[in-house]
Amino acid sequence: MAKEYETVIGLEVHVELATKTKIFCGCSTAFGGAPNTHTCPVCTGMPGSLPVLNKQVVEYAMAVGLATNCDITQNCKFDRKNYFYPDNPQNYQISQLYLPICRNGHVDIETESGVKKAVRIHEIHMEEDAGKLVHDEWEDASLVDYNRSGVPLIEIVSEPDMRSAEEVIAYLEKLRQTIQYLGASDCKLQEGSMRADVNLSVREVGAEKFGTRTEMKNLNSFRAIQHAIEGEKNRQIDLIEAGKEVVQETRRWDDNKAESYPMRSKEDAQDYRYFPDPDLVPIHISDEWIERVKAAQPEMAPEKKVRYKEEFDLPDYDIGIITGTKQMADIFEETTAICGNPKKVSNWLMGETLRLMKETGTDPEDLSFSPKHLADLIAMVDKKEINSSVAKEVFEKIFAEDIDPVAYVDEKGLKTVNDEGALRKTIEEIVAANPQSVADYKGGKEKAIGFLVGQTMKAMKGKADPGSVNEILREVLAQQ
Amino acid sequence: MANVISDETIDYVGILAKLDLNVEEKEQAKKDLAEMLDYIDELGELDTTGVEPMSHVFPVHNVFREDVVVNGDDSENILKNAPGEKDNMFLVPKTFD
Amino acid sequence: MSDILSLTAVELGKAIKAGTYTAVDAMKAVIEQIEKCEETVHAYVTIDKEAALAKAAEAQKKIEAGELTGPLAGVPVAIKDNMCTEGMLTTCSSKILSNFVPTFSSEAVINLEKAGAVVIGKTNMDEFAMGSTTETSYYGVTRNPRNPEHVPGGSSGGSAAAVAAQECFFALGSDTGGSIRQPASYCGVVGLKPTYGTVSRYGLIAYGSSLDQIGPLCKDVTDCATILETIASHDPKDSTSMKREDTDFTSALVKDVKGMKIGIPKSYFGEGLQEDVKEAVLAVAEKLKELGAEVEEFDLDHVKYAIPTYYTIADAEASSNLERFDGVKYGYRAEDADELHRMYKKTRSEGFGPEVKRRIMLGSFVLSSGYYDAYYLKALRVKALIKKAFDDAFAKYDIILGPVAPTTAPKLGCSLSNPMQMYLGDIYTISVNLAGLPGISVPCGTDKNGLPIGVQMIGDCFAEKKLIRAAYTYEQAAKEV
Repeated sequence: MAKEYETVIGLEVHVELATKTKIFCGCSTAFGGAPNTHTCPVCTGMPGSLPVLNKQVVEYAMAVGLATNCDITQNCKFDRKNYFYPDNPQNYQISQLYLPICRNGHVDIETESGVKKAVRIHEIHMEEDAGKLVHDEWEDASLVDYNRSGVPLIEIVSEPDMRSAEEVIAYLEKLRQTIQYLGASDCKLQEGSMRADVNLSVREVGAEKFGTRTEMKNLNSFRAIQHAIEGEKNRQIDLIEAGKEVVQETRRWDDNKAESYPMRSKEDAQDYRYFPDPDLVPIHISDEWIERVKAAQPEMAPEKKVRYKEEFDLPDYDIGIITGTKQMADIFEETTAICGNPKKVSNWLMGETLRLMKETGTDPEDLSFSPKHLADLIAMVDKKEINSSVAKEVFEKIFAEDIDPVAYVDEKGLKTVNDEGALRKTIEEIVAANPQSVADYKGGKEKAIGFLVGQTMKAMKGKADPGSVNEILREVLAQQ
Repeated sequence: MANVISDETIDYVGILAKLDLNVEEKEQAKKDLAEMLDYIDELGELDTTGVEPMSHVFPVHNVFREDVVVNGDDSENILKNAPGEKDNMFLVPKTFD
Repeated sequence: MSDILSLTAVELGKAIKAGTYTAVDAMKAVIEQIEKCEETVHAYVTIDKEAALAKAAEAQKKIEAGELTGPLAGVPVAIKDNMCTEGMLTTCSSKILSNFVPTFSSEAVINLEKAGAVVIGKTNMDEFAMGSTTETSYYGVTRNPRNPEHVPGGSSGGSAAAVAAQECFFALGSDTGGSIRQPASYCGVVGLKPTYGTVSRYGLIAYGSSLDQIGPLCKDVTDCATILETIASHDPKDSTSMKREDTDFTSALVKDVKGMKIGIPKSYFGEGLQEDVKEAVLAVAEKLKELGAEVEEFDLDHVKYAIPTYYTIADAEASSNLERFDGVKYGYRAEDADELHRMYKKTRSEGFGPEVKRRIMLGSFVLSSGYYDAYYLKALRVKALIKKAFDDAFAKYDIILGPVAPTTAPKLGCSLSNPMQMYLGDIYTISVNLAGLPGISVPCGTDKNGLPIGVQMIGDCFAEKKLIRAAYTYEQAAKEV
């Protein structure tokens, strides 16, 4: 009989913090500058340069720690992690080993199939990001850009509490939601502002001891994480079944080939010689400071869910989607505040917005239209200035380019024609031109009216209010 | 008591420190390191139970910067001393790993 | 013109202000002296005569325009080659930085330049400040101007020698374990290591970050106080820089030690101390006693543990601080290395000298997996005990007085063959750095061969003024004899 295995997974999640400047110098963290244009002597490791800590980094790290139920280390400090690599300009990374800022937390997750559990957080520490190394084919050498060097990161280290890819995804989504709500990071996996390393081992179901684990790196999408977990689980089971041993090592996942490779080098002793950085002084976090950060915390998703139910009486499913990301919730709340109609706002988000997001592959955090424009659109529909098909067409423009719907409708002449005389005249012409349909209607075929409405709308180039068309059409037909 | 430093240890420290020592230098390094460690081992005579390790001599803490961008594009200066440069980046030999 | 060189920095500053000399006169005199002495002394690694003269002319204009009025305006200064100077080669006396031209200046140099002092050039040192003789420099040894057969001490040997040979009016040095005080003592000049955090370390190329301090090497205590007052500053770029309100050090230039309590650690006068050094230092104590100080012997704890503690901490920090010298961003890169890790190893093996490699190896070892607690943490605990011993002493005494070094300057070529012996020579200076204290070395005579002897006075943290007062009082009294 085949043995049954259980997968044991812990995660190390790196999150780039949303500060304006780097962790130890006043260089910008903005994406997309030309190489080395966001650098200074500090973040390029120039001789004689010294680091000074960005206070906002500590505040964001504390906020994430408090939102994930961690204890704050009230006396914490930075250590140097020593290893040679060109993306690491000092050849040591300033990080935290001995006294990380947050410890002993947990987040509650719920998977798609309904599994509820708490994933424990071992620690959260602050550290600096490395620069970027690109291969130059022409020179057959590497090129180093230090724009990202010194960008602040927090590393969230979980306990090995997850048992499936599904749980891992639920955990990551919960972390992402929490951190986005705090405004501490935009958490974009593709752009690397959220990165997950997966520690995975397998053991026979019922076994008490953990198996030997490997660490998988280079996972930049949920899909890659899912594939890597499946692939690594199978690789380890195959090894065990073949009577071989799993080697504790770091492996790089190649999502295109759906394979992982060991990242070992004999020049890499994995002995980081951590010691307290003498250039930085300890951080003392007072009770008052913790209280201040707590008090500044925004309303998070679980509280929003409860409030939306009470205040807006929306379906649970809709509330779940809307509060799922801060960006969506913000758009919902701001639009509702302007137009005063939560149901209609929710309908636009749950209907057209989700449809367009899916069509265009847009993540919620990338939604960029302004609530004012959606509110204006809803108002125009309410006032019957435009009909619903025009509204959908205009919304596509709002979604894509955030156009001003009032100006747009004006400019394109999309307003509903409310000139009853003109409408009646058109209808009379349509009725006169379609005696068969009229006869069908009179003969009791209610459906025939649909054809006549359609013909009218076509003649009006879609700018008629369908309600008015119906009403006048019935009047005209009654007179026949 | 006396420390003896093996070839493996010297090679290992060489990897950590990124230093290539020739045969003579290695022998000297083994001797020097052992001698220094013997000396440092004298600290073992002192009972330091309950003594907090002192990284900083003064109880200074919470030295921070505000999160304000103060640096502009300084890449010309940053690259001025680069032994290898291309396209405003540092050019370095590739790694085999 | 010839006696301009015998002026102190403060005297020269006054003479320039009075119009007796110009800043350009002073610089020309210094350059002439350099041309005369450098072949023998070799105090400098880099001198830019033309730039120095141009800067002197500029300073003179500002002085005449009334824009520069400070005591050091127009005075030529030499800078130890581990402090960054914008546009001027900064090598740390190492091959690995043989082509490094910083794009910014260290804060201490900026403070001096703001005050109108004019940089002549960069002084020789032990490579990366690792050594006690200035013989580990990649650019050749510096000789002691008092006797060229002897070393000037180190690691700020070039700075001490330049002052002693009148190749500058004062110099900056750095002190991690005695590197200002010991060469000052060997060369017969005044050298002060301030309380940790008093002078910004920004721009100082680090050796042991928790121990390094910049300080003056100069002709007398008045210069010393004046220079310190100029370079001390709270620097937001250095997290370990201290906010001090009491940096008006010249106010302590008072000839009065009445009632001052001076402690003499018995263990500083034991085995290994050269007899005439001992006599000269005790004579200083006697003198201060005559002038009204209360002098008393006492037991200072843990003295013998200072050296192993120091070498563990300094070398651990150095092994990490020196990782950035890898041939990637600046400095020397070995040729013919087409793979990264080979390039690293080749660059560093060719770029660093034997003493630097020795310390990097030890430092890497004591931090490595399995040894951190036993060596590094243990040393940090002993450091706490050493600090406590000084705290106890300063509860009773205003200053501690003793020798700077066990001997006067050794002959060239005698020290490097036995590193351990060389390390033992740091016994009296090293614990001052571990405890972050200020210490001053003041000339107090010569040995039987005519080599200078220095007396060391150690103060409690932030008590530079007491040191300056005691040192000034002794200096003035010694002049009168």
